[in-house]
Amino acid sequence: MNGALIFTDKGIYCPAGDFYIDPWRPVDRALITHGHADHARSGHQRYLATHQALPVMHHRLGDIQSQGIAYGETQKIGDATVSFHPAGHIPGSAQIRVEVGGEVWVVSGDYKVTNDGLSEPFEPVKCHSFVTESTFGLPVFTWPSQAEVAKDLNQWWADCAADGKTAILGAYSLGKAQRLMKMLDPSIGPIMTHTAVEATNAILRTQGYDLPETIAVTQDTDAKAHKGGIVIAPPAALGSNWAKKFGPVSSGFASGWMRLRGIRRRRAADRGFVISDHADWTGLLSAIKNTGAENIYVTHGYTDIFTQHLNNTGYTAQVVPTEFGDTDQDSEDAA
Amino acid sequence: MKAFADLFQAIDQSTKTSIKVAALTDYFRTASDDDKLWTIALFSGRRPKRAVTTTQLREWASEVADVPLWLLEESYSIVGDLAETIALVLPPSHTRSNLSLTQWIKFLGELATLEPEQRKERILQAWSQLEPTERFLFNKLLTGGFRIGVSQKLMTRALAKAVDQDEATIAHRLMGGWTPETVTFQSLILDDDPTADLSRPYPFYLAYQLETEPEELGQLENWQAEWKWDGIRGQLVLRGGQHHLWSRGEELITDRFPEMARSLDFLPDGTVIDGEVVAWDGAQPMGFSTLQQRIGRKTVPKKLLKDAPAILLAYDLLEHNGQDLRDAPLRERRAQLEALIAPLPDDTPVRLSPALHFEDWQSLTDQRATARDHKAEGLMLKNLDAPYLAGRKKGDWWKWKLDPLTIDAVMIYAQQGHGRRANLFTDFTFAVRNGDDLVPFTKAYSGLTDAEFRKITQWVRKNTIQRFGPVRQVTPHHVFEIAFEGIQKSPRHKSGVALRFPRMSRWRHDKPMSEANTLDDLNAMLETYG
Ligand SMILES: [Zn+2]
Ligand SMILES: [Zn+2]
Repeated sequence: MNGALIFTDKGIYCPAGDFYIDPWRPVDRALITHGHADHARSGHQRYLATHQALPVMHHRLGDIQSQGIAYGETQKIGDATVSFHPAGHIPGSAQIRVEVGGEVWVVSGDYKVTNDGLSEPFEPVKCHSFVTESTFGLPVFTWPSQAEVAKDLNQWWADCAADGKTAILGAYSLGKAQRLMKMLDPSIGPIMTHTAVEATNAILRTQGYDLPETIAVTQDTDAKAHKGGIVIAPPAALGSNWAKKFGPVSSGFASGWMRLRGIRRRRAADRGFVISDHADWTGLLSAIKNTGAENIYVTHGYTDIFTQHLNNTGYTAQVVPTEFGDTDQDSEDAA
Repeated sequence: MKAFADLFQAIDQSTKTSIKVAALTDYFRTASDDDKLWTIALFSGRRPKRAVTTTQLREWASEVADVPLWLLEESYSIVGDLAETIALVLPPSHTRSNLSLTQWIKFLGELATLEPEQRKERILQAWSQLEPTERFLFNKLLTGGFRIGVSQKLMTRALAKAVDQDEATIAHRLMGGWTPETVTFQSLILDDDPTADLSRPYPFYLAYQLETEPEELGQLENWQAEWKWDGIRGQLVLRGGQHHLWSRGEELITDRFPEMARSLDFLPDGTVIDGEVVAWDGAQPMGFSTLQQRIGRKTVPKKLLKDAPAILLAYDLLEHNGQDLRDAPLRERRAQLEALIAPLPDDTPVRLSPALHFEDWQSLTDQRATARDHKAEGLMLKNLDAPYLAGRKKGDWWKWKLDPLTIDAVMIYAQQGHGRRANLFTDFTFAVRNGDDLVPFTKAYSGLTDAEFRKITQWVRKNTIQRFGPVRQVTPHHVFEIAFEGIQKSPRHKSGVALRFPRMSRWRHDKPMSEANTLDDLNAMLETYG
């Protein structure tokens, strides 16, 4: 039971279809799970991704030769049949199913199993071999419900507004930022965005994703005119000069890493919100179970430990070295 | 426990001093006296007796959480805190207890009298009744250590505000060997009883690094210059026929330096001396590494006592004949100190740290250049008219170090060494603080002894947060003094600087991360020496 997909130093490769999935070195044909930088890299000849993922990829990667595919639609590539299925990670994100001669693999990219109200919700796909991430593959990572975090988030914002402070929330500009916007209660005040976030907003809105009204903060914006507002910005902007224009602020940071006190303190925002676009421990285990797969390939995250646990609990699991999750600082911020 | 958990969260979540102090002040105004006392105790490093072993806790948590023990251990090694790890893996609680902090501590006290099975039952019960932060705090109480993001200084400030007293008075009252069992909030904080604790030291006065030319300090004759010794700051308290030696970290180190017992034979009761504990070869201090052998030991073998004998180089007199002298000018304190110490025989464990003679600033600069010959790090400059203040205050005391090219940095990444040290972590990346961020600025891989490398290796294994191939990101915690020969602008580096010959000159066990240097410090060095 192997051969449909193999792991090479350029990325996950399908010999029967001569394509790669989320390759990290330039290749001829790349199937892309989603638009995050560690999965959708530049330099490939041809790209295939969901219709929903492509606009952002074009924005980020420039002039690429691409083809879109609908969720659930099957396509023959050489001797392989491929289809894309919602991964629930960010808008447009997909798990890629590859079938070769009856052997089924699913490469999940990044995923989460809970519905965030924005991304196409995760769908379990039956397979023989499942390639999973393990960004948060430790039992200490379990997420509070989105409703609970939304309550905390809005409470913090309301408190800031009452204190005459601008709330400034650091979040990765693709996915996390929009998800957070949707969690906010717009009756508290105006939602402002950093231009990097607003660029993604504009693309997603054009695609038909329903996002709340936002005010883009540009050079000419009188930042202090929007009393009681919240600003969504890339994490790097948090402590920068840019943030100073808002006057007194309280900073927040939203990531699964905020579950750990040490990291919370290292990031040193005034508030950390535990909210991740990756599956938590129970999410990972349930997703794996629902695939019915026996062979599990573990990519980025706590690979060694997670793999050992899978092997101890009846799976045949192995670590697959990839270059996901370690391009730059972004990976931690995106989590 | 809810009020305490809320306080903890307010402190832990914020990086702003003002918010922390406000939360503490508020708490000290509203909590019960018992809870206040315990909070003060916990935040100043005092803690309840351990009722269960951490091995038991791990086993029980593993069982309740349905997480195999090995996996719990792995998680612990990543999280770096057992109390937190357990709090995170346990299933959510469904009922809520409303016991107070003091009641929970009492609950822990009672565990000791129970059979092991009952103990387990009680703890599982407690876990099922506490929300996550409370559970973490409860586990912290269970496991002992209680370091959180608030310095004793901040707590003192808040407490002083809440009870409307002077900060220095409160700081002094909080020092010494009290426990919540031996005092009440009333007796510790509110009542004025100078004999409450005979061992109680005074808060140390700490100097800033001199960043200007000494000429700018003003009149030459208002200043006293001494060698800046490379030892550990100590306060020798002689009262009630007993002696106590305190370190700057407010740790009682009397037993580590039994030599000091003899000071009772030479000095009168009611004497408190501020000075530097150094290893002494009879004429000069021995290197810091020699002293270091003494610091780590609670009891001292005879041989070490002979090879690395310690003395206190006295530089200030804080109490004489039971009188608090701190408000008197240094000029006066110094005169009394000299009168007290100068006549003592050579083998006294307390010796005078000499005041240097100098006619002008230039002659002082010349003397400073010879500091190494005197086994000193440079000079101390002290205003002769100044009282003895509490804490780090600018203006009256300055360190004027010989070699300014060192910086205290936080270790953030570690990588294994090669060859002889292949199994050790020897290559480290260091960061300076920037606000509350950490900015990596240099790598260093030499300067520690093998024993130190072994020690740090063990620590790295247990405190890895993330692995990037061979590189491990570790919990930012340890502070190292990085020495280097030059500093240059470098656009290639994130921090904007490149160092020449960086090496670890000292493992600063005595420094918490919050005392590591900042990016501003680094830039200032670039400005000066770049
Ligand atoms: Zn992603
Ligand atoms: Zn990823």
